[in-house]
Amino acid sequence: MSSRDLILGRVRRALADVPRDDTPYEQAIERGYLREHGGRSVEQTVDLLAENLADYRALVHRCAADELAPTIAGLLAGHGSTSVVLPAGLDAQWLAASEVTRVPDRAEGTSGELDRVDSVVTACALAIAETGTLVLDGGPDQGRRRITLVPDHHICVVRVPDQVVSSVPQALARLDPTRPLTWISGPSATSDIELDRVEGVHGPRTLEVVLVSGE
Amino acid sequence: MRVALFLTCVNDTLYPDTGRAVVKLLTRLGVEVDFPMAQTCCGQAHYNTGYRHEAEPLARHFSDVFGEYEAIVTPSGSCGAMVRELYPRMGERARAEGRGDTLAAALAPVVPKTYELTEFLVDVLGVTDVGAYYPHTVTYHPTCHGLRSLGLGDRPRRLLQAVKGLELRELPGADECCGFGGTFAVKNPDVSAAMGADKVHNAESTNAEVLCAADNSCLMHIGGTMSRLETRMRPVHIAEILASTEEEPSA
Amino acid sequence: MSGGTFVGMPAFPKAAHEAVNNPTLRGNLRHATHTIRAKRAVAVAELDDWAALREAGKQIKDHTLRHLDRYLVQLEESVTAAGGIVHWAADADEANRIVTDLVKMTGESEVVKVKSMATQEIGLNEALEAEGIHAYETDLAELIVQLGKDRPSHILVPAIHRNRGEIRDIFAREMGEWGRPAPEGLTDTPAELAEAARLHLREKFLRAKVGISGANFMVAETGTLMVVESEGNGRMCLTLPETLISVVGIEKIVPTWQDLEVFLQTLPRSSTAERMNPYTSMWTGITDEDGPQTFHLVLIDNGRTDTLADEVGRQALRCIRCSACLNVCPVYERAGGHAYGSVYPGPIGAILSPQLRGTASEIDASLPYASSLCGACYEVCPVAIDIPEVLVHLRERIAEGGPVTREGNKVVLKPAKGHAAERAAMRAARWAFSHPGALRTGQRLASRTRRFHPRSLPGPGKAWSDTRDLPTVPAEPFRDWWQRTHGGKDTDK
Repeated sequence: MSSRDLILGRVRRALADVPRDDTPYEQAIERGYLREHGGRSVEQTVDLLAENLADYRALVHRCAADELAPTIAGLLAGHGSTSVVLPAGLDAQWLAASEVTRVPDRAEGTSGELDRVDSVVTACALAIAETGTLVLDGGPDQGRRRITLVPDHHICVVRVPDQVVSSVPQALARLDPTRPLTWISGPSATSDIELDRVEGVHGPRTLEVVLVSGE
Repeated sequence: MRVALFLTCVNDTLYPDTGRAVVKLLTRLGVEVDFPMAQTCCGQAHYNTGYRHEAEPLARHFSDVFGEYEAIVTPSGSCGAMVRELYPRMGERARAEGRGDTLAAALAPVVPKTYELTEFLVDVLGVTDVGAYYPHTVTYHPTCHGLRSLGLGDRPRRLLQAVKGLELRELPGADECCGFGGTFAVKNPDVSAAMGADKVHNAESTNAEVLCAADNSCLMHIGGTMSRLETRMRPVHIAEILASTEEEPSA
Repeated sequence: MSGGTFVGMPAFPKAAHEAVNNPTLRGNLRHATHTIRAKRAVAVAELDDWAALREAGKQIKDHTLRHLDRYLVQLEESVTAAGGIVHWAADADEANRIVTDLVKMTGESEVVKVKSMATQEIGLNEALEAEGIHAYETDLAELIVQLGKDRPSHILVPAIHRNRGEIRDIFAREMGEWGRPAPEGLTDTPAELAEAARLHLREKFLRAKVGISGANFMVAETGTLMVVESEGNGRMCLTLPETLISVVGIEKIVPTWQDLEVFLQTLPRSSTAERMNPYTSMWTGITDEDGPQTFHLVLIDNGRTDTLADEVGRQALRCIRCSACLNVCPVYERAGGHAYGSVYPGPIGAILSPQLRGTASEIDASLPYASSLCGACYEVCPVAIDIPEVLVHLRERIAEGGPVTREGNKVVLKPAKGHAAERAAMRAARWAFSHPGALRTGQRLASRTRRFHPRSLPGPGKAWSDTRDLPTVPAEPFRDWWQRTHGGKDTDK
């Protein structure tokens, strides 16, 4: 007998005492929890996102669409970056005001090459206000997962209010599970030393979030 | 109202003062108290040590002795929790073992009418000021089964706050277990003693004269630790504080 | 490496004895557990629907377990359709064999690992090492444990028993043996220690061809796996290597994508007391040109179906490994994680280990008693596992014996030998309590002889009187007073 059949057989025997129940799954679970916590206006939701991002030590910046390029250029310069990796589908205009060396996100590129790049600029799939979370889904303006991981400085642009949802349940409903998803809530951190939170381990130690409004 | 006092085997044998205090307190509040002489033990120690089948006859006996009363009052959070939380579970387990509903049916009548003392005072009699007088500083330790199994909440505190002359001091780490845990105290003596010592040190830090709780089993452990550590505090059951009056003060 | 295994552990009380009397360890544990306890309470209080989330989490897990065969098959189909390869392992040996063979097929002799309870449980690192494959732990706490040739003592923070000074010493001494040495003049500030780990591990991440992980959840309908973490080491292991092998217990399934909305709210707040942990990775099979191009999922039983067969004990399989129960447990706080003799310490370990491994060993037979039944664990559990209920149930299996399932076979355990005296005492007490007259005779005898009672007790009673004074027996039991004053009728007052 294969281990698969062995395990499935054990499961069925283990459940011999359990009465059969054919309630459809949608009705089987009592989902008495909230779809979002508290009522907020659109502006308040964006404010909450900014507040929660900052609470976990992301650096939050806000600007209008036409200020985005100078804002990004300023952040790269402020970090002292000389190179930046960019997803293939990122709006070229975003980098229009910066002189730093552009490194494309290529399948053939190596992790070692990425390790020598100072910064990465991406968009995101959405952001969650209640938890201060950015979600990347590998879309053309976000690139492969590793580009937001290996460089030490991540600038992530969130279009507000369109890309902002209030809560985790709202976020999951908008995401596509077949895409590789990375949820980011602040820069990398650890609580492994005396259960005290310290920012900055393996992921980018500096996370800058630009909340850009208007088109 | 006529209620049965379920004193518990530990109180009956070792802490008769607590029993006398409950009788005095309830009588003062106009309650007719009976002590069914056939009562023994609820079976908690058996059950929690893994001897559920030994506990079953004791639970049946309990139900036989107390089944006819309007209400059953006990000055013990853990024995109260045994009846209210674990008797139904014993019935379920017997059913799952293919022994039918007889145990569940036998135990069912006593479950809803068993009350821990402070619960009975606040919920059934509707009093928080029981007319007590106790001119001492007191810190209160909420015992685990009272706190988590019965959900006594702030009832004991409300009762204590209404006592004349009593100054209530906040106990740091109040909701942490004292380390008694029945047979745990002897099966894991090192951990139990360490928990007890921490509880006593927290109690001492309040500089209160008295550590009060609603369960003498826990107080036996805390008190035994206090005297071994030569602490100047003393353990007192809440019933003895609530029974104390200006005319007849308790120590 | 004998320090690295739990084989041949003494019973819990003996193992705890040392920890209780180690002031450094007591201090480290007290500091860490009290810090996280307070933070968790704040994080949970932020959500006014916590009780409903907890109930939904419980129901989702119970429903899944109830239909586990169906969801396992569905998961296998979804993962396969998304380009993954599914393997099944009945026990630890089989799982280790499968993973070792998969690594060997890649031709590699080193792997990077994300912190995973399942691979700890099966002893994967030791099995790989025996075949000449080096497994590098990349979670900071796991790294501390691995470099210190130590054992994990906490589910979330395996090095919780170490303070910053001890960690500094381990890094300074050991890092050079494994790769890039710790920077000169390393101090014990947490930020510098984290930086040292970053530098040490980066070269390993960049060259790794094989990553090994567990998973916090697997979604049956989509085939999605999810890992929650903080440091980014998980993302490194899950995305940089060419091959990813995930070793996951069969109980980690949830039926639908939507179900994650419950656990992504309850897990971070329960474990690290954060609204959300810094990084969560979700992957469904393989993605072209992004991340590993070969993905293996190894599903392990290793005692889980035996646990599932126990109608009271099966609720332990709801566990999402948040470790909130460890952090609030007064016994864990004083005994430390090592005393539990398992990768699963604390209250959840005390009910999981004796079910996954059986109660034949001294340590496993003592774990159900490693609790005062205070109930703090149940109160904080985000999937409402009634740990005290299962503890008492397991005590019963040991004291009275009874039916259990081992490796898929139903067997009836005999009452444990070591409990004969206790059993006799319990029976005698039951007899006395069933005969009020006998109880009364005993009480009176105790009262009459009270002047002769010793201050300390011999035999098992010594365990009490070593640290606590005995109560003095009163001059008469209550029932004698009652009879004297009330005489069975309403008399005075």
